Amino acid sequence: MSSYHWRSQNSSTIDIDVDPNLQTDVLVIGGGPAGTWAAWSAASSGAEVVLVDKGYCGTSGCAAASGNGVWYVPPNPEAREAAMSSREALGGFLSNRDWMQQVLNQTYANVNLLAEWGYPFPVDEEGKPYRRSLQGPEYMRLMRKQIKRAGVTILDNSPALQLLVDAEGAVAGATGVNRQTGKQWVVRANSVIIATGGCAFLSKALGCNVLTGDGYLMAAEAGAEMSGMEFSNAYGISPAFSSVTKTLFYNWATFTYEDGTPIPGAGSQRGRSIIAQTLLTQPVYAILDRATQDMQAHMRKAQPNFFLPFDRAGIDPFSQRFPVTLRLEGTVRGTGGIRIVDSTCAASVPGLYAAGDAATRELICGGFTGGGSHNAAWAISSGYWAGKSAAEYARNLGEWGKQRPVEAVGEAGLTNGSKHQIKAEEVIQATQAEVFPYDRNYFRNAQGLTESLQRLDNLWKEIRSSQAADSQILQVREAAAMVATARWMYSSALERKESRGMHKHQDYPEMDANQQHYLVSGGLDRVWVRSEGLGIKRELVSVSS
Amino acid sequence: MIELVSASRCIQCNICVNVCPTNVFDKVPDAPPTIARQSDCQTCFMCELYCPVDALYVAPQVDPLDSVDEELLKQAELLGSYRRNVGWGRDRTSLAKEDSTHQILKLLK
Repeated sequence: MSSYHWRSQNSSTIDIDVDPNLQTDVLVIGGGPAGTWAAWSAASSGAEVVLVDKGYCGTSGCAAASGNGVWYVPPNPEAREAAMSSREALGGFLSNRDWMQQVLNQTYANVNLLAEWGYPFPVDEEGKPYRRSLQGPEYMRLMRKQIKRAGVTILDNSPALQLLVDAEGAVAGATGVNRQTGKQWVVRANSVIIATGGCAFLSKALGCNVLTGDGYLMAAEAGAEMSGMEFSNAYGISPAFSSVTKTLFYNWATFTYEDGTPIPGAGSQRGRSIIAQTLLTQPVYAILDRATQDMQAHMRKAQPNFFLPFDRAGIDPFSQRFPVTLRLEGTVRGTGGIRIVDSTCAASVPGLYAAGDAATRELICGGFTGGGSHNAAWAISSGYWAGKSAAEYARNLGEWGKQRPVEAVGEAGLTNGSKHQIKAEEVIQATQAEVFPYDRNYFRNAQGLTESLQRLDNLWKEIRSSQAADSQILQVREAAAMVATARWMYSSALERKESRGMHKHQDYPEMDANQQHYLVSGGLDRVWVRSEGLGIKRELVSVSS
Repeated sequence: MIELVSASRCIQCNICVNVCPTNVFDKVPDAPPTIARQSDCQTCFMCELYCPVDALYVAPQVDPLDSVDEELLKQAELLGSYRRNVGWGRDRTSLAKEDSTHQILKLLK
């Protein structure tokens, strides 16, 4: 007998007042680039597909609000070689060339599809189409249109709260709530793709507040593993008052102290840690004084939303200094996420697939990415593969897949029956206090990580001994996901006793050739970390730190 | 953060209620939507882009303002300025076609 219990103490009851109550071949959770590519790919393989989005498919997710470069490289052997080798050192030699090649191939094919579908790519000065940059609102509006055309059923404003699993533990759907009507929904599916993005801890980085690690938590509750969670300390530069964390144009910036003196070594890319260091004690200002007149005009056309905060605040960023801050983008511009076990983008639980920022990106960029580019290419490719694979899995399972007995496996905030009601807001603030500070997360050391972990463990215990009020369930689940994410992050960071990729461990400032492996993590009440080989052999070439 | 739903411009289509990624607005029968959860606004400007009549204003600040002056915003042509800048809306052409990232990256090298 199947039961979709909202609460375990009610597990004997079947809630029939559930709207909608759907059955489908493939359920996609998350409607950003990875989710929409997954949905399109599964539907194009002949599967029935339902896509649920916490927000609105087309505007939610970090890509929709901003736009970015794409790791799109024509199939020219030299260009491909350069694309693969250029950032291997930056990523700490954890990337895998087989995966990189596959992603380059698939991204090239799929971005060309975008052009066929009508994305208005510009042409370069030679009149050739230029396809390495996507403006977010345009891109995601097109993707929504395209998946609707492919027959995908979209449930907007419908956050998933917990996965359904069958008697063997295979993932079989999800339940959630429509946050505008308050009604529960249940989608029974033969297979599920998690494409919920990364976790940016509600830092107000552009488009990132929907990204609270929900998919990690749901996947872990179903038994999935994480990988690369130590690569989770990405910070984006933004004007101090604003949300816009687009960093490309800061390549033309001079960073100064309050008195206008340049800060030695400060820069957008390699000098970002000097900005962080300075911000610990005093404000940092920027001015885009190195952009020529021509350049300024190009910049406005390339990234119109970069200029929104300045235009509205009455600041000319080319001639006036403005204060900047670094906003945590966590695993959104980090590279950690749900562990992928093979080329189908399967997670380590049957029936579950992961794509985009929800999945580890170490496979193609090791321990370092940046905005867009590799992550954008990964969203496109992993989404496409996850969709194909989930459709095939669903086909093999047949009709029984939707009729099998299932149970919901969400735990945190849902199932303990306690009368203690948690204040989600306080848990979120307490978590932010552990992950935002630069001297805790950007620059890590064993003592700080250990202290943070103790407090995060206590927060987790508090969540596990509390029950969310119905009206609070979404916020409590988000809080739980953030605490869980932070614990995998810091447990992995403690375990990686070296500095590699974006992980800067002050007690171990050098990279250690003996730690050229992945760190797999997981667990809820008890968090664990283990090392795993790369599955590839390559000599560690000379490294400059 | 979202600061304004202009009562004079709003046509009560409630598109903003649907498209806001963080569910900031509430529908109101026979009236413009309200900004029901301003503190959830992530200042992503998406509601402005989708508003067909330029009735919304998202201030650049991530913290709430004391107030905004609709008349001043109109005079400064800030209502709907983001839509204009990306070429969204009736009788406009998307300016994604003019994305000049390639020229910028060439100069970066």
